[in-house]
Amino acid sequence: MDFLSEGFFQAFGLIFSGNEETWTTVLITLKLTALSMAATLLLGLPLGFLLGYFDFPGKRWVRMTVDTLLALPTVVVGLLVYAFISNRGPFGEWQLLFTIRGMAIGQTLLALPIVVALTASAIEGLDRRLRLTLLTLGADGRRLALSSLWESRYQVLLAAVTAYGRIIAEVGVSMMLGGNIKWHTRTITTAITLETGKGDFALGIALGLLLLSLSFVLNASLSLLRRRAES
Amino acid sequence: MRKHKRLTFVLALAALLAVTAGAAVAAKAPVLRMATTTSTDNTGLLDYLAPLFQKDTGIEIQWVSVGTGKALEYGRNGDVDVVLVHDPDAEKKFVADGAGVNRRQVMYNDFVILGPKSDPAGIKGMKVEDAMKKIGEKQAPFASRADKSGTHMAELKLWKAAGMGVPDKQNWYIQTGQGMLETINVAGERKGYVLADRGTFIKYEANFKGNPPLVIQVEGDPNLRNQYSVIAVNPSKWPGVKYDLALKYINWLGSPKTQKAIGDYKLMNKQLFFPNAKQ
Repeated sequence: MDFLSEGFFQAFGLIFSGNEETWTTVLITLKLTALSMAATLLLGLPLGFLLGYFDFPGKRWVRMTVDTLLALPTVVVGLLVYAFISNRGPFGEWQLLFTIRGMAIGQTLLALPIVVALTASAIEGLDRRLRLTLLTLGADGRRLALSSLWESRYQVLLAAVTAYGRIIAEVGVSMMLGGNIKWHTRTITTAITLETGKGDFALGIALGLLLLSLSFVLNASLSLLRRRAES
Repeated sequence: MRKHKRLTFVLALAALLAVTAGAAVAAKAPVLRMATTTSTDNTGLLDYLAPLFQKDTGIEIQWVSVGTGKALEYGRNGDVDVVLVHDPDAEKKFVADGAGVNRRQVMYNDFVILGPKSDPAGIKGMKVEDAMKKIGEKQAPFASRADKSGTHMAELKLWKAAGMGVPDKQNWYIQTGQGMLETINVAGERKGYVLADRGTFIKYEANFKGNPPLVIQVEGDPNLRNQYSVIAVNPSKWPGVKYDLALKYINWLGSPKTQKAIGDYKLMNKQLFFPNAKQ
């Protein structure tokens, strides 16, 4: 039981002592998350818009598939991507296995359904008259998409934050595709898995608190930006 | 105003991607990739040897530590350049199948059966086959790696030597599927027994500052020998593999200087691995 409080105090020690291993882990986590989020948004926002905006035969089936993919287990995604980027797989030449780029591919696949589904819902929820207004103002396809996304920006932001939560908390993809290599692909979550597996629960708690602090800082900044934008 | 926001966003994104890509591409020291066991990693031996290797050769070694079975699988798929494992039968098959070349023995220690100090099954000091049989009879909790690791394969051989089948469906047989320290901890929690390599046990002991919940109950049996070997992944099968670096590593591990360093590695003043590379 005391490892909980021990972990709490160790968290401060880790942050302020400038422990090199800890800071490298944090840096790797941030790099990976940034890369995954960038790819997820660049792919997910347009796809989400298209899914929400257009009516086409089979739309319901596509929507159902996307919603089902929201429940993809992380290890399954890790395994699937491994099959492709392992040296034995079709993309083995690209040397993506055991690198941050390889991990980012898996994480993007995890987060994409979230952004697509939530963005599509947001677009569908927009006032129908918006489309007509934009068209009469002379908006072309791209302008239309960007304006619609901008109009539903708070829901889009929520989609991004949710995707971020899924990405930063996952272990299965990072472990399978990154290999938990010290100094190179060890993220906070894989480090926690390793340390608790070795029996060092206090360190596991400490790292967990570190991860939560990172998320808190991010969400606090977003909240601040939102307040500024609203005023 | 909105135009500026969009531009800033795109620029920030571009900068981010550039930094990440740059960091990925930046050529530093040549990198050797290894798949190895949890026992070599958990004991801290690899962290101890890696900087020595980099100092002597300038090569940076990166490793994934999984069970022997998984390590050999990575070797078969060409995902790593070299493997350091401890399952002689699986290793010989690995080489015979053409997946690996240049197998070299590096070091050994022994397996021990750990159990609670109170020794509920009363196996202390017994011969290993008798001890396993007694554990089965008493249905004492026994934690198994159950992950095709070197330790797991050794454990299966011991059940066979004891004249018993693997107690697969017995509810006292705990198949964790995890690494050595994790499995020892599970046995500790359940106040049961576990087969472990001596190196990881000493690390476990050190974690508990010399007073661990489980102690050695059975040791010294010739059946309990634990040999580690290093094998290079076959370059004719996977041309992209860094065979020259792998060879450098294999030779380095077997060199008298490194062999001495391996023997010098101690935790709690105890030696964990005994070098035995043939010169």
